[in-house]
Parts: sequence; structure tokens; C-alpha cells
Amino acid sequence: MSVLKSGTLSQERIVFLFAIVLFAAYAVLLDGFLAPNNLVAILRSVSVLGILAVGMGVVVIGRGIDLSMVAVMAMATAWQLAMMNAGTSPLIATSIVLAGVVAVGIINGLLIAYAEVPPVFATLATASFVFGLVRSRFIVQDAIPVPPSASFILEFGQARLAHMPIEVVMFAVAAFLSFLTLRFTKFGRYVYYMGDNFEAARTMGIPVRPMVIGQYVVSALIAWLAGLITAAGLQSINTRVVNSTLLYDVILVVVIGGIGLSGGKGGMRNVVIGALLIGIMLNGMTILDLPNIYQNLIKATILLVALIVDSRLNPRDEQVGQQGDI
Amino acid sequence: MTIKTTLALAAALCLATLPAFAQETGDPGPAYVQQSLAGKKVVLIPLALGFDLAQGWNHYIGTEVRGFGGVWETRDPNWDTAAGAQAITDLISSADKPAAILVHTPDLTSYSRLFKRAQDAGIFVIQVDNRSNFASDAFVGSNWETLGELEAKAAVAACGEGSSKKIGLIQGDQVNSSSLDQYAGIAKVLKDHPDFEIVGAPDSNWDVTTARNVATTLLQQHPEVCSIIDFWDNTAAGTAAAIRDAGLTDKVKLVTTGGGEELDCKALEDGTFHAVVMTDVKGQSRDISALLKFLLQSGLKPGQAKSWIYTLETATTKADLKPGTCWSLKDVQAAEAALAK
Repeated sequence: MSVLKSGTLSQERIVFLFAIVLFAAYAVLLDGFLAPNNLVAILRSVSVLGILAVGMGVVVIGRGIDLSMVAVMAMATAWQLAMMNAGTSPLIATSIVLAGVVAVGIINGLLIAYAEVPPVFATLATASFVFGLVRSRFIVQDAIPVPPSASFILEFGQARLAHMPIEVVMFAVAAFLSFLTLRFTKFGRYVYYMGDNFEAARTMGIPVRPMVIGQYVVSALIAWLAGLITAAGLQSINTRVVNSTLLYDVILVVVIGGIGLSGGKGGMRNVVIGALLIGIMLNGMTILDLPNIYQNLIKATILLVALIVDSRLNPRDEQVGQQGDI
Repeated sequence: MTIKTTLALAAALCLATLPAFAQETGDPGPAYVQQSLAGKKVVLIPLALGFDLAQGWNHYIGTEVRGFGGVWETRDPNWDTAAGAQAITDLISSADKPAAILVHTPDLTSYSRLFKRAQDAGIFVIQVDNRSNFASDAFVGSNWETLGELEAKAAVAACGEGSSKKIGLIQGDQVNSSSLDQYAGIAKVLKDHPDFEIVGAPDSNWDVTTARNVATTLLQQHPEVCSIIDFWDNTAAGTAAAIRDAGLTDKVKLVTTGGGEELDCKALEDGTFHAVVMTDVKGQSRDISALLKFLLQSGLKPGQAKSWIYTLETATTKADLKPGTCWSLKDVQAAEAALAK
């Protein structure tokens, strides 16, 4: 562990190295892996995951976790499309859903900051609530197609910028904007302070409670963006994704990239590296035609290793560890 | 004739006709049906209520059950196997036991013990769409192996003689009978066409985004494939997106299977799908309804007999489309909504 502790090999570097080694190995061993279109496909396949991880990253840096992201992503988009299918104008439908998404973020924040419910439980509960409410009241089936009247959503899904699919562009934009916010704004710096030492941040006079609400609103909005991009690409949204392993994949990206779950560490660079590693890994395994169960096993093993490395590199200490930690 | 005799005659006539009212036609059927079926509870437990097949069954079978005076109920496990098991357990131990349950099983084994318990408790068990390892009172649904054969034949025909003869598969998973049996059927047909080759067979895990990603990779590795068989029309939306992204819409023929809802017909119409092996939901629902009527009148005890009633499937292409080829989920939902009011 001495090498790890000396700081020359942070988790981020290990993961980055691992990604490069894997990339090189695939490039040598697998025909067609290096084809430009395949590289674009790798980026595209992790874009939605990456966008979600950007939102999750912001929350985790602030020492929280948002388990409602996938529910918000699927259900907000499904509700919006269902309204548009029923004839509501896109603008009105979008405004209503915007209000709904912000409300979910605020409720998460209130539960965590004011009711002092641990984030894992608060967001798990809102996830079920959001899913149940929208599924039972606002939509009648799992898969909601983009209505033919909303051709702009379809065109958006087909759009390319500098030969990059729109999903990749949006991931880049989301990651870059979050990077700027975290580095150069007061909000961003406060997120780090709160994640590093919540009590100290509060004593310092940082408005920690409104800040918590702000973080969860951001993650909810980013989740919705991910949903819209999914719908644009697939021309429909399927709410079954809420039951999938996507949420765990998002956490995997965040943790594997090196954003410690104890908060205050890492940044958007970690999210991008984490997402790339997952993308390279899955793409190669698909080219190798590995069955899904093995892919999941390999993913899970890597998550376990990442968690162990994380806990060795970022040990809990009594000064900053506190009740409500994840 | 005096008034007295007239009255007497009239009274006699009345008396004579009275019993005749009860069996006017001499047909014992209606009374027997009434006695056997009225008030019998039938419960549908699909994988989830929120997809086309389940909504079709709910409407078409539900209408029949209510029509014969039965009580129709549904449970929605929402793709959660444990929730489905719980629903079945609750029904078995409930005071107001159903006479029959219709179960859409998630895999080969999960519900097998529960089916036995339900039968022991006097409940008929009809499995729909997905088979399990347990032979209950009846299975109604596709013979998935035949279905796979139909898909493979459609793909072989779509590719044609002068093509690359390379086929990609987007499978569901490795536990669900519908996926395993489809694969077996495809493999069987391709044995007769040794020049055809399966170049990749990733799983979508029944998830549309996964389907899109694995199909993108498959097309990237093998842009020469002439046909892809996706094991479900829901995930085929993702595969279609991958084909579109790769700019191969005209070259790669997408073959899939689904509930024959309007979306299938639209996708055939606009060329997104080349062929769909459709489950005839209306016909299948009629089969299940007839079977329910039979079982509940037959005097059979649950577990005493077993049968497999396979729905006739056909591969439908654009050329086969006629008005009424597909059924409309919208209409079914409107009818159900009207009923709820």
C-alpha cells in the first residue's frame, strides 16, 4: 500500500492506466476495435451513463448520493412524452415536467438537509414515489414513443456535431459545464467544502442546507436531460430502465473514476475516465460475444475492487466521519 | 263453453306452461354454465401490466370472463419476480380463492413450486406466453421454437441467395424460455442452411438501450450482415436505432417478434422492421377464454390433466399488411377506461 499512499498512484491514475492497458489489449487482439466508428460507438454507448454520472458526481462530491436519478430520468421523460402524445403542446408539457423535476430535487434536499434523513434512504424513497406516481397516474404503459408531432426531438437525436453523435456532445457539454461550476464558482467550491467536512463548512457560515437542496435539484435536472437524450436516440422511452442495473452502473462510474464516496474529492475528469473505462470494457466484451451474465460478473468484480481501493486510499477517519455517512 | 270451463281451461294451460318456462328449449346448457361459471374468480398475473401483450390479455380475456358472469382481476408485479411470487402466494392463501390463475412466468423455475401449491389448493393454473419447467393445467402461448424457426426462415428469405449470408442475433437473456427456445428454433433452421452463419449473438437483457449498444457493436464488427433477428419487438426499437445510426437501413433486414400491436404494423409499413412473427393476441385470448370455460365446467380437478395450446404464428411482412392485421392498444385502453367509469 506504500505506493498507493505516497500519492504517485492515485485511484484515478490506476483506473486511467487500466483503461489504457485494456484499450491497447483490445486494439491488438480484436479486429475492428480501433475503427473510428467503433471508437465513436464506444463514446456514444456511455454518453447517457456519463451524463447521469456527472449529476451523481456533483452530489457525491458534496457527500450525498442520489438514488432517484434513474427514476427521474425515465419517469419525467415518459410523462412529458405522454402529455405530448395526448396533444399537450411541447412547451407546456416541458414546463410542467420542469416544475415536477425541480420539485423532486427540492423534496430530496428538504428530506436530507432539514429532516436529516440519510441521503440513501431519502432518495431511495423518492425514487419509488416518483416511479409509482407517474406510472400509476400519468402513463398507461412502459414504453412511450416520441409523438410524430415532436419531430424536433427525433431530429435532435439524429444530429451530429463534428461527426460526433449528439449524445456524446451533450455528455461533453454537461461534464465541461459541471467542471467549470465546480472549479470556479462559489457554489462549486462550497460543494467541495461540504463534502470534505460538513460540520466545518457549516461552522464557517456556508449555507449548507440550501446548498444540499441545490445539489439535488442539479442532479434531478441532469437526470431529466439524460432521459431526453435517451428518448431522442431511441425515439421512445421505456420506464423498465428503472428496474435495470443502470443506477448501479452510474455509481460504478463515479466510484471507479475515483470520486470517493466519503465526499470532497475528485471531479469531472474522474467521471469521464470512469465512463470511458466502462465503455471500453463493455464494447470489448460485446465484440468477444461474452454472455450478459459474465459481463455483469466482470463489472461487479471491478466495482468491488474499486470500492476496496477506495476505502484504502480514502480511509474513514473519526474527525470527518459522521452519522448519516454512506 | 261456460265461463267456468274457460277459466278452468285457462288455469290448466297456465299450470301446464309453468314448468315449460324453466326449460323452454329443453337445453340444459345455460343453467349448467350458470352454475359452473357464475361468480368464479379468474386472476391474471403477467410479468407487468404495462406492455402490449398484457394489456391485450387483460382486455380480451377480461371481457369474456365478465361476460360469463365471472370475476376478473389482475395483479401487476411490474417485472419483479418476487412480487409475482408474492401475488400468487397471497391468492393461494386468500379466503376468496380464485378458481383459476393465468400466469406469465418470468423463467423456467421460479414459480414451479407455487403452481403445485395453487393446484393443491384447488386453483387451475394456466401459463401464458412463457413456459416453465412445470406442466400445469395448460400452457397457452407460442411454441417459441417454432417461432424462432419462422424468424430464421424470414431472415434467410430476406437475405436471399446473393447476400453475405451473415446473420446477427440480439437475444433476450439466458434464463427465459422464450429466449432459449427461440435460439433453438433459429439454430435448427440454420442447420438446413449451412452457408448461413451467425456472426454474433449478444443479449439485450430485454433492455432497449443495451440492445442498441450491442447492435451498434455488432454492426461495427460485421457491417456486411444482411439480417438481424431481435428476440423482442420492444428491444428491436434499439436495434433499429443502431441500424439507422450505421446508415444500413436498406441493407440490414430486421426480423423480430411481438404482440402484433399497431406499432409493429407501423414499423413494417415504414421499413423499420422487415418481418415480425406476430402473436395473435385476440385469438390467443379467445383460446384462453375457451379453456377457462372448459376447465371450470369439466369436473376435472386442478392438476388432473394437462395440455399445451400453441397459438398459430405467422411471419408478417409489409406485403402481408391489411387493415386489421394489428390490434390497437389505444382502442383497448379506451375500452378499459370506458369500463372503469
